[in-house]
This record gives sequence, C-alpha cells and structure tokens, in this order.
Amino acid sequence: MALAEHKWTMVVDLDKCTGCGACVVACHAENNVPIVSEEQTVRGRAMHWMRIERYWEGSFPEIKARFIPLMCQQCERAPCEPVCPVYATLHSEREHLNLQVYNRCVGTRYCQNNDPYKVRFFNFFDPIFDEPLTQQLNPDVTVRSAGVMEKCTFCVQRIRRAEERARLEKRPLTDGEVAPACVQTCPPGALVFGDLNDEASAVSQLLSGNARQFKLLEHLGTEPSVVYLKGGTSYVGT
Amino acid sequence: MSAREIEGQSTQNAAPEDAAAADRLRRRLLLDPRPVSRISADVLDPMDRTTARFWVAFVILGGLVAIWGVTWLYQMIWGIGITGLNRPVMWALYIVNFVYFIGIGHAGTFISAALRALKIEWRRPISRAAEMLTVFALTTAAMFPLVHLGRAWKFYWLLPYPNQRQLWPSYHSPLLWDLTAILTYLSCSILFAYLSLFPDLAMARDHTQGWRHVLYKTLALGWRGTEREWVTHKTALNVFTYAIIPVMFSVHTIVSWDFAMAIQPGWHSTVFGPYFVIGALFSGVGAVIMVLAILRKTMRFGYFLRDEHFEGMGLFLLLLSMAWAYFYFNDYLVPWYGQGPAEKVIQELLSHGWAAPLWFLMLFSNIVLPWATLWSRRIRRSAGALFFISVFVQIGMYIERYLIVPTTLGRNELPFDWGIYVPHLPESLITLGAFALVGFLYILISRIIPLIPVWEVLEGQVLHGLRRIGKAVVQTRAEPEE
Repeated sequence: MALAEHKWTMVVDLDKCTGCGACVVACHAENNVPIVSEEQTVRGRAMHWMRIERYWEGSFPEIKARFIPLMCQQCERAPCEPVCPVYATLHSEREHLNLQVYNRCVGTRYCQNNDPYKVRFFNFFDPIFDEPLTQQLNPDVTVRSAGVMEKCTFCVQRIRRAEERARLEKRPLTDGEVAPACVQTCPPGALVFGDLNDEASAVSQLLSGNARQFKLLEHLGTEPSVVYLKGGTSYVGT
Repeated sequence: MSAREIEGQSTQNAAPEDAAAADRLRRRLLLDPRPVSRISADVLDPMDRTTARFWVAFVILGGLVAIWGVTWLYQMIWGIGITGLNRPVMWALYIVNFVYFIGIGHAGTFISAALRALKIEWRRPISRAAEMLTVFALTTAAMFPLVHLGRAWKFYWLLPYPNQRQLWPSYHSPLLWDLTAILTYLSCSILFAYLSLFPDLAMARDHTQGWRHVLYKTLALGWRGTEREWVTHKTALNVFTYAIIPVMFSVHTIVSWDFAMAIQPGWHSTVFGPYFVIGALFSGVGAVIMVLAILRKTMRFGYFLRDEHFEGMGLFLLLLSMAWAYFYFNDYLVPWYGQGPAEKVIQELLSHGWAAPLWFLMLFSNIVLPWATLWSRRIRRSAGALFFISVFVQIGMYIERYLIVPTTLGRNELPFDWGIYVPHLPESLITLGAFALVGFLYILISRIIPLIPVWEVLEGQVLHGLRRIGKAVVQTRAEPEE
C-alpha cells in the first residue's frame, strides 16, 4: 500500500507562547540532543533543535524584549538541501519534510552556511551524556557522532511510528495522532502540529483566513512549513 | 648571429632614449647569448649546491609541515571543535587558505599559457618557476577541503565512484563542481608543466651522472630532440596552452560560486566570478614575483631573471591591482546603494566595526601601495621593492578572503544568529603548515628539476631579434618552418 502524502505543518502562536522553554527540554529528551558544556556554549556551540530566541529593543532601562521559538522551518524550497554534496540532507516529497541523514554526512557544513535561520547544529565533538542520562536516550533516534550536522526533524520517528500503526490497523492517520515532543509538551498549547493537506485538521482550521499568520524571512522564498501567528505588539512582562 | 650584431650596432647610433629602449628590449629578450654548454651549466650547477642555509630552510619548513600533520591528526581524533569555529561561522581559516592557494595557483597558467598564447616573449625564462608554483599551490589548496571536513576519513564519499549501494554525490552542490574543476585543473597543470619539461629533462640527462642521470633518463621518456619530436611537442604544447586557459578561468569562477550560490548576505553576488579570477591572478602574480626574487638570489639565476623581467611583472601587478579595484568597487557599490538590512550591517562592520583595521589594511595593500609605487619604472625594476610590495599584496588578498569567509558569515538576516570567529591555535598551525608546504615542495624541486626552461630560452635567443624601422627599434620574431 502506497503511503499517503502529508503536508506536515507546525503553527506557533506567539500570542499564546509564554517563553517557558518546556519545548526545548522536551526536544532534548526526545531527540538525544546533547547538553553542551558552559564553556562550549560561550564559544557559540550550544545545541538546541528547538530554542527560544530573544530580540532586544532599546537600551536599559527602556529595554524591551520579544521572543520567538525557533526550530528547523522544514522549508518547501530549502536552501540547505541542494548545497549538500553527498545528499545527507534531502527533501521528502511525500512528507514535505527536510530530512537529515546523519551517517551520510561528511561535515562540509555548507548547509549551515546556506541556512538563513541557522537552525542546523554541528557536532564539534562527540556528544557526552553523563550517567544516568544514558539510560534515557531514545532508542528510536540515532546518537550522532563528532563531525556531523543535525537539526529538528519534526520528530520524524514519531510520524513514522504513527504511520506504521495506522497501516497495521488499515486506517488513515487521524489528526492529532502525531505530535512532536515540543507540541505534546507546550503548556499553553501555543504549538499546533498537523497535516495541511487534511482540510479538517487543526492546523488547516487555525490557518484558514487567519490574519495573524506570517512566516519567518518569507521574502527569501524558502516556503517554510512553520507558520507563526501574531497580532499586535507584545513584549516580555507586558 | 652576425645579422643581429649588425642590427645591434645600428641601434647604437640612434637617439639616446631610443638606444635605452633598445637596450632594455635586448636585455629583456636575453639577446646576449652565451654558449649553450654554459647556459646548461648555469641552470644545472645550482641544483647540486646545498648550502647550510638551504638545510636550515629545509628543516624549518619540513618541521612546520610535520606540525600540520600532527595537528590534523589531533583534529580528526577530537573533532572540529578544537578550532575556533562556531554557529554561525562554520567556514573559516581552512576555506580562506583553500581560496588563497587556489588563487596563487592561477599565476603559473597565466604566465606560461596566456602569455604564450599572446606571444609575449619575455615570459620564457620565468615560465617554469611559475608553473611549479601553480602545481604546489594547487596541491596545498586541494588538501584544505579535506582538512575542513568534519569526518575527513569519509572524503571519498564526495567522489563519484561506483559502489554497491549506488550512492552518488550530488551535482546540485557547488562543492562537487569545485572538486571537479580543481582536480581537472591540477591534473592539467601537472601535465602542462611536465610537457614543457621534456627537452630540459633530456638536457639534464645528458649532463649528469649517478642517480640524477637515472632519474632524468626515466622522466625524459627517451627524448632525443629529433625534428619529429619537436614538431609533436610544439603541437601538444599549443593544444594545452589553449585548452588550459578556459580551465583556469573556470576554476576560480567555480570557487567563487561556493559563495555566490549561497543566500548568505554578502556572498550572493553575480560579480563574484570575474572578481575572484582577477583576485587570484593578482595574488598569484605577486607570489610569482616573490619566488623569482628568491630564486635569483639563492640560485644565482641573474643571467635569466633580469630587472627587465621584474619590470614586466610589476606592470602586470599594477594592471591587476587596478582591475581588482574595479571589481571590488562593483561588488561594494551595489549592496551599498541597495541598503539591504543585512548587507548594510556587513558593510558597517567593515568600515567602522571590529573588522575596520583589516578592511583598511586590505585597501592599502591592494590598492594604495601598488598604485603609489608601481607607476615608477625604477621601483618596478627593483626586485627588492617588488618583493616588498608583493608581500603586502599577499597580506591584502589573504585579508580579502578572510573578510569574505568568516567575517561575512558572522552577520546574517537574524540578529540573534550573529557571531564572531577568532582563529585558534590548531587552525593557525595548519595555516602556517600550508605556507610551509608550498615552500618545502619548492625548495625540494629546486634541487631536482631545472627551474629555468633552457630550451625555451635558447629558442627565444634564436628566434628573436631587434630591427630598426625609421627611428624606432622593434622586436622581431622569426616563425620556425614546420
């Protein structure tokens, strides 16, 4: 049976997001993302597939901050894909996902240069998981080695697992059956995930006619699969 | 011979400035022939001479190359993290070195192929030295994409080789175009240099004993110097000359596409192709001048490498500096006029950010210094002054690549993704090792193969003459019958 096509999409409602960072923690736990030491973080090697970025305006004491959860935008026309010389990052036409093949990557790091969102992370060293963290590594996700690139996959292991289950039960996937770790964790429900091809799905409903929607760096023509919602101006603490 | 002497006398009766010009032409074309045996000895004897200074240079350069090897091994064991790279600056010194040394590798072809095609005859004595620099600079450059890889031991995945899993590299990626262009250029340059070596290898074979004789005998592939051999040789050189020029242009154009094809602000520029080619020739000609100056001093090639040759190279350096400035102005003006937010940030970083000292040093070295000095024939004729200017050109062109690669990468569309790169010890040692490798290979080869193309010099002395037409003295060139 041929697998159905899905247009996996994530909606991030910035008006609901509190910037609590639960999604960041959930992502680390689900995807075996290593915790980088303080020293390496200062050197700009922090690894968070999902991160809360802050944007500061003005200077103290008149300072204001906004924040935005940022993860791989799973672009339909991803600039990072064509520049890889070994097809370690490539497009899934069926799932509309930007795949990363860790064991094919040779580490040219060209994809990161050509990634306008800078959501790709390079393993500068072999990852270190202190005991007993090794006991909670997700067996569905590769632990990456030094010298390879990695990034958010929309928890592709969860998508595949749900598809397999549905196929065994001989039924189509239902909306809400797949939720990446960040979406599952988000306390205020600011993250919504689903199939945009399915008109009845929560993301389709949320996005149809929604005037608050925008995509990040839309002018570059990358056609991201992550849609942000935002109305008016709100700053941290207001 | 006698005809030339008559012409020579006739020019001495000309006006003083004409006589001086004629004299310059005569020296530039080496129209003061020596016996062939003396010329061979002039080239071959220094190859046997290894002074204490030579061995000091040998040990220092060899040591630096060994340090490169150890550092690279250390990097492969621990990971790229030992360098100063970070997110967003994923490419830095290794790629700067790569672009820089590929650039140096353009001068040899320019001098021996482009000038051959244009029939600029004074290139004869300098072509071999330039070709060798091309080969070694390219070899060094070709190492850097490997040094730079996160998993260098998987480098062969980049090659289109048949394998059981039918995995193929992606020709969508400019890196693959790059790899193809560089391997083509490297193999063509080696063949081109080897082709022009045959008669000289045979000459060396006939003048040496012992291991040298065996080596040259093997390499000369039985060259005897028959008419038929010379005709074939000339045809082959002609084919190579015209075939390698487009390859040379393509190489640095494709290197520039590594950047220009990306959407990184400051890289995405359509002028990058020709701009990089000119930059490559500029730094390459500078490097050749440095090599020639060193060779003339250490190997006593004063008869072959004369002030007139440095004068010609100095003129090329000036012209290339002007061309570089023109392209740089184009590359700067358009983003400046557009005032795109990210481009604006990058240009502000260059003109009054932390990169300003580097930027101004680049403009000084690449534009101000050459323009202020090279207009003067007296300076162009001084090998020492040209060496000094060429050192600045190297510094300027290295900085130019440094500003394009790690500095530009530190600024992009989203301000929270900005970063700063500071070179760390490992990549600095490897960079030092790269310069040492070129030097090491060069001093090694200087004792193995004749660095002056004797047959070309002799051919030039036979074919060229000076003729007086009216008051002017002009250079003549006889076309040998075929």
